[in-house]
Amino acid sequence: MDENELRTVVIATLKTIAPEVEEGDLRADRPLRNQVDLDSMDWLNFLIGLHQKLQVDIPEADYAKLVTLGDVLDYLQKKLK
Amino acid sequence: MIEFTLPSLGADMDEGKLLEWKVSPGDTVKKGQVVAIVDTSKAAVDIEIWCEGTVFELLTEPDETIPVGTVMATLLEAGESAETAKRAPRAAPAPKAAATPSHPGPLPRHGGEGIVSGRRRVSPAARKHAEELGVDIETVAGSGPEGAVTLADVEQAAAAKVSPARTAAVTDKVADKAAAMRRAIAAAMGRSKREIPHYYLSEPVPMRRATEWLALANEGRPITARLLMAVLQLKAVALALRKFPEMNGFFRDGAFQPATAAHIGVAISLRQGGLIAPAIHDVGEKSLEQLMLDLADLVKRARAGSLRSSEMSDPTITVTNLGEQGVAAVYGVIYPPQVALVGFGRIGEQPWVENNALGVMPVATASLAADHRVSDGHRGALFLAALRDQLQEPEKL
Repeated sequence: MDENELRTVVIATLKTIAPEVEEGDLRADRPLRNQVDLDSMDWLNFLIGLHQKLQVDIPEADYAKLVTLGDVLDYLQKKLK
Repeated sequence: MIEFTLPSLGADMDEGKLLEWKVSPGDTVKKGQVVAIVDTSKAAVDIEIWCEGTVFELLTEPDETIPVGTVMATLLEAGESAETAKRAPRAAPAPKAAATPSHPGPLPRHGGEGIVSGRRRVSPAARKHAEELGVDIETVAGSGPEGAVTLADVEQAAAAKVSPARTAAVTDKVADKAAAMRRAIAAAMGRSKREIPHYYLSEPVPMRRATEWLALANEGRPITARLLMAVLQLKAVALALRKFPEMNGFFRDGAFQPATAAHIGVAISLRQGGLIAPAIHDVGEKSLEQLMLDLADLVKRARAGSLRSSEMSDPTITVTNLGEQGVAAVYGVIYPPQVALVGFGRIGEQPWVENNALGVMPVATASLAADHRVSDGHRGALFLAALRDQLQEPEKL
């Protein structure tokens, strides 16, 4: 899966949780949860969605690494290799 | 003959629109079965029935908007047959706008309602409030002694004023829905602040044990089975309530009615704005795993606008977790007729003195808003201390 495909999947998953998200408004280098109103249930559902679409395991201990959209994409990219 | 009426699904609801019947005449129904779907300003609610019987007659048509208390259907009790059962008179309260009671003189026309004569009592406070809300006091039905118009009547009338707009074809419009929800919240919270003498307490709760226990518990779980801290907090509240029944129940008709179980209303913010606080039932009796499933399901259905009538009508206390949005503490407004609300702030690291040593501790501020008609600050303080202690023994939750 190339970078653009992965980004598409991530944004689509995010939109199932927060339909109001406009991709163009998201900055990849800013904390995601500050830009999108996600509580811990939303965040968990977002990660469950990614887990189900991409078959990647995301241990809770790794949550701290997943701050920005860029972090999420890098993390998933590495996991998918 | 059993009369099935539209239940009130919370202090902020006074009417509903029938969307769909889930039963037909002749069907037998069990207690707790969903018999209809009713649209309120907050959600499409699955209405559960609280008795057994056989559906005899459906009296409300889909798309009809009816006040709370309207007889929607009649049912035959066990042993009763259609022949023996008398056709129940439709004892519905008349629609609010038409319920104009005694009135001294000719009325200005309000949709062509009837004119009745007689003396009319209106409290000065109700009259003043009617002016503030832009309600014509002469059109308000009185429910007080000798038909006196009370503050509550004025509020109901103000809420009912919006009904033509809501029943029109524009119901589905988001803006309309949001406005209706805002009015419903305003009515309930206005009533709370007017009627309930709130007192507020807060207590910093050390969260190290709970966070460490949770991290360990989640380590071995697949992502789909992980727990959230919110679930531990809900269970801790339910367990603490066992020794403080005066925080759990309803204040109705001038008296407190303690509840026998903790049905905790969970404040859920909706993406389109507004909030809803449906109940998770019997929180004290459920495992954390079960509570997590229940919470995930409740949030999903609340956001999708699909809730059950029992979830809407019977929360015995509310818990709000605004810490999720990053605030340090929340001082809540009690949702009538409940008598308490527990709030949790964010979990953040703070300097903390323990055993004469200064260290760093993850801390969350727990707060209590409670009803002074039912409890005092002393008991409230003991309740918060019990809640704090519950969270120090996460393995026992």
